[in-house]
Amino acid sequence: MIKNISNLGDAALYCDFGKEVNKDINTQVIKYFKTIQKKNIAGVNNITPSYNKLIISFDLKKINFNKLKKAIDNLEIIKGDSIQNKRFEIPVCCEKEFSLDIKRLEEKLKMKEEKIYESFFEKEFFCYMTGFIAGMPFLGDLDENLRAKRLDTPRVKVPKGSIGLTEQFANIYTFESPGGWNIIGNTPLNIFDSTKEKEPNLINPGDLVTFKRISKEKYQNYHE
Amino acid sequence: MNKNYFEIIRAGINSTFQDLGRNNLYHIGIPFSGAMDNRNYLLANKLTGNNDNDPVIEFAYQGPNLKYHGDKINIAITGDVSFKIKKGDNLIDGECYQSLILENDDELDILSTNKSVYGYLAISGKFDLKFQWSSCSTNTKAKIGSNNGEKLSDNQKITIKEINNNFVNRKLNYVNTKIENIRVIKGTNFNYFSEEGKKIFFKNEFKVSKLSDRMGMRLEGKKIENIVDTNIRSEGLIKGVIQVPADGNPIIMLSDHGTIGGYPKIGVVVSADYDKLVQLTPGSKVKFQEVDLSSAETLFKLYDLETQNLISQI
Repeated sequence: MIKNISNLGDAALYCDFGKEVNKDINTQVIKYFKTIQKKNIAGVNNITPSYNKLIISFDLKKINFNKLKKAIDNLEIIKGDSIQNKRFEIPVCCEKEFSLDIKRLEEKLKMKEEKIYESFFEKEFFCYMTGFIAGMPFLGDLDENLRAKRLDTPRVKVPKGSIGLTEQFANIYTFESPGGWNIIGNTPLNIFDSTKEKEPNLINPGDLVTFKRISKEKYQNYHE
Repeated sequence: MNKNYFEIIRAGINSTFQDLGRNNLYHIGIPFSGAMDNRNYLLANKLTGNNDNDPVIEFAYQGPNLKYHGDKINIAITGDVSFKIKKGDNLIDGECYQSLILENDDELDILSTNKSVYGYLAISGKFDLKFQWSSCSTNTKAKIGSNNGEKLSDNQKITIKEINNNFVNRKLNYVNTKIENIRVIKGTNFNYFSEEGKKIFFKNEFKVSKLSDRMGMRLEGKKIENIVDTNIRSEGLIKGVIQVPADGNPIIMLSDHGTIGGYPKIGVVVSADYDKLVQLTPGSKVKFQEVDLSSAETLFKLYDLETQNLISQI
C-alpha cells in the first residue's frame, strides 16, 4: 500500500510504498499503476512505476496536486490481473572493449573478475520495471557481494547493448545514452524496437531473465 | 505530387521536428519530448494560423539554411533568432514573431539563436511526416519520431504535403527575457545534503556546462555535499528535476530526459520557469530560489495567462 504521497515539483505526485525493495511491494506498485491507467484521470500525463515508488505527472492546466492526491487517496485497486512471466536468455560478451568498469568493480567489490562473472551468470533475474531510456529493464537481485554504487560522474555516452550493474540490480542499455552504471559486458541482442508501437519492449515487468556468456566471435556473427 | 519542399543546404546543429510531445509512455522508458520552449512553439503555430499541436522545426544555436521550392507559403520564426531571406539578388534581414512569405527559389538562412538556445520555424500547412505514438517529436537518442528519429541532415529534402492558402499577415511585439533566478521546489531528497550543501544550492551561482542538450542541463559550481547516500533506489523522473550525483554538480532533467534515475533529487524547477530555463546557453550563470507548492501553482497560472494573452494578440 502507499505509505505516503507528497509532491515532486508542482506537477507530479510522489507515491512512496516504503523503503524496501522486493517482489511483493513491486507487485503492489504495478497494481496501482494498472488501476490508475484504467481510470484515465483527466490531466494525468504519465505514470511511472519503479521498485517501490510510483510517480504520477500531470498537466498543471487541467488538475493540481491536491485534487489528484484526493483522487488517488480514494482509489480502489482493481483485483486480479496477475503479471505474466516470460523467460529470456540474453547473450553477453565480456571482452575488454565491452567491460568498461570491470576493473572498478574488482577494486570496489574486492573480488577477482572471474568471480564477479561467475556469480553474475549463475543468477536468474526478475524484471522490476522498465525505463530510464526506452525499454531498459531493471533486473534484480544481484548477490550481496556484487553490489556497488553508480559511477561518481555518469558517463556522457554508454554504448548500446551495455550490461550495467548497480546496487542489487542489473540493466541493459537499449541504445547509446548517458548513464552511471558499472558496465561489465555487451549484448548483440536488440532489446527495444521502436517500430513496434504496441510492444516495443522485449522484456517487461515480471519477466525472468538469465545471461549467457558468449565469445567475441559469436558476438560479431550474432543474428537474431 | 509533392512539388513543395525545402532543400536543406545546411542542416544546422540540432534541427528536429517537434510538437507538443507524447504522453503515457514513461513506464516503458519513452520520455515526453516535444518542443523545449513551449511558449515559442505555440506562438510560431499561431503566427502561421496552424493548430496548437502542428509540427514545427526546432533548431538550436545555428539553424538550417533552406532553399524553398514550390508555391507561395506563409512561415514564421520565433525565439531570439537572426535570419536572412534571399529573394533573387535581394538579401532581407528577417524579423521574428511575424508571418512571412516564401516563394519559389527563396532561401531562408537561419544563422543564430543569438543569446538563447532554441528557436522555431513553422510553416502554414503540413510537413509530410510519419508520427510515432501520435507525435512527430524527434528523440535522436532513442531514434524515435519523424525523420527516422534523426536530426535533419545536409542535402536532405523536407516535403510539404499541404499548404494553407489563406495567407495571413500577423505580427506580435514580443521580446524574450532571460532568467537568472530559477525558482525551485525542494526535492524529495533535499535532506540528503549537508546544511552547507543546502546553503550552496540556494545561495551560490552555478554555471551552465557545455554538456547540456535536450536530455539534460549539467551545471558546475561549488560542490553540494551529500551526507546520507549518493545513490537512491532508481525511481521515476519528470522534467525539471534536479539530481545531484556524487560529484556534487547538479543535473537538470529536460524534455528528452531518462524516465528513471537513481541520483538524489535536491529540487524541481517550477513549471512556470521551464521555457526560460531551457534557453540558457552554456556559460550562463544561474541561481536557485526556493518557492513552495502553492506559490509555484500561482506562478504557473500567471505564466500561462501571459502566454494566452500573447496568443490572443496575434
